[in-house]
Amino acid sequence: MTDWMASALIGAGVAFFIAGSAGLLRFPDTLSRLHALTKADNVGLGLICAGLAVWQASLFEATKLLFIWLAMLAASATGSHLLARTVVEEPEGHGDSP
Amino acid sequence: MMWLLDALLVITMLGLAAGALLSRQTSRSVALFIAFGLVVSLAWARLAAPDVALAEAAIGAGLTGALLLSSLAERGEPLAPPAAVTRFSLWMLPSLMVAGLLMGWAFAAALAGRGAQTALHGHIEQHMPDSGVDHPVTAVLLNFRAYDTLLELAVLLTAALAIMALGPARQGHSARSTVLRGLASWLLPALMVTGVYLLWVGAKAPGGAFQAGAVLAAAGILLRLTGVRGAGLPSGRRLNWILAAGVAVFVLAGIAMMGIGRGFLDYSPALAKALIVAIETTAMVSIAAALIVAFLGGRPSAGSDTSLSRSHAP
Repeated sequence: MTDWMASALIGAGVAFFIAGSAGLLRFPDTLSRLHALTKADNVGLGLICAGLAVWQASLFEATKLLFIWLAMLAASATGSHLLARTVVEEPEGHGDSP
Repeated sequence: MMWLLDALLVITMLGLAAGALLSRQTSRSVALFIAFGLVVSLAWARLAAPDVALAEAAIGAGLTGALLLSSLAERGEPLAPPAAVTRFSLWMLPSLMVAGLLMGWAFAAALAGRGAQTALHGHIEQHMPDSGVDHPVTAVLLNFRAYDTLLELAVLLTAALAIMALGPARQGHSARSTVLRGLASWLLPALMVTGVYLLWVGAKAPGGAFQAGAVLAAAGILLRLTGVRGAGLPSGRRLNWILAAGVAVFVLAGIAMMGIGRGFLDYSPALAKALIVAIETTAMVSIAAALIVAFLGGRPSAGSDTSLSRSHAP
């Protein structure tokens, strides 16, 4: 029973990742690619973390996976925001160093 | 079924490496290199080497990627595309044959010896109670082969000195982004706690000074990106003390052991744990400082970034 649920969740997560990668390859410009990557990949990661959490031995380990997902959400949201801002404001490319 | 995962990892590693080397755009090469570092880290995890996997993910993929991206942003795409291998000359044949023979021999030796425990495992397990820690990798790195780790720290110090000799740190620009500052406001404390935790847990689980130093360096880089030009490092003489502290404490510990009648870096079992804690803590700080100096590209100057580009915020 646990195996079925975990496999279903992980399978759904992989499907979202495939959708996100398809969006990365097929969308015409950077902003829509960012949109596809950020949304689809993070949902996929959440589903994979949920599927792995089902298999964990204790609630503590499952909460660690939840934190991994939350940290990834925050980091990728910030990263895609900065990328999108760079694209919108300097379409000809960047010349400064971080 | 794990062979399927291993085969996928190998194919992905080779594909990413080929892509990074042969790509015409430097930015694409850098992105593929970062992905390559991540896949190599997974391969280390599959080889049951979590310490190396942690170090590879943090330093190989994360910090080296940040360094490459920073240099790329400063210099821009090179005007001429990077030269890919376009002509196959006969001179390549002998070296390819030798490389192929060596790799085949190494692969065959690894296959023949897999599963067998060498006498080394027995030696390490026998001496673990005297080493002062519970994790065999840390015991080997910080006690049995401490000399090697001392030399690694010296190499890192030399690299930091060479980078500081390049002059003042690069003029960066900060993103001036409210979103980034919001992320950094909680991520920085989390990174520092994680770094110190990795150091402390290295005594009994995968972790240690290098991984902890890499996480702290990531915190420093994040601080630099939000506009603190010195990335949290002091400038001048205090920075020199911090950079040298790792090697200095290590050498002093070794000499202290000579002072009580043992050999250089031959810890007495009673003092081993205390020495290892002291050495690892200073090494973590030195490693973090050296990696941040590498990212800055020169001697850091104190003060916040107030005059550079992007005066608006979203």
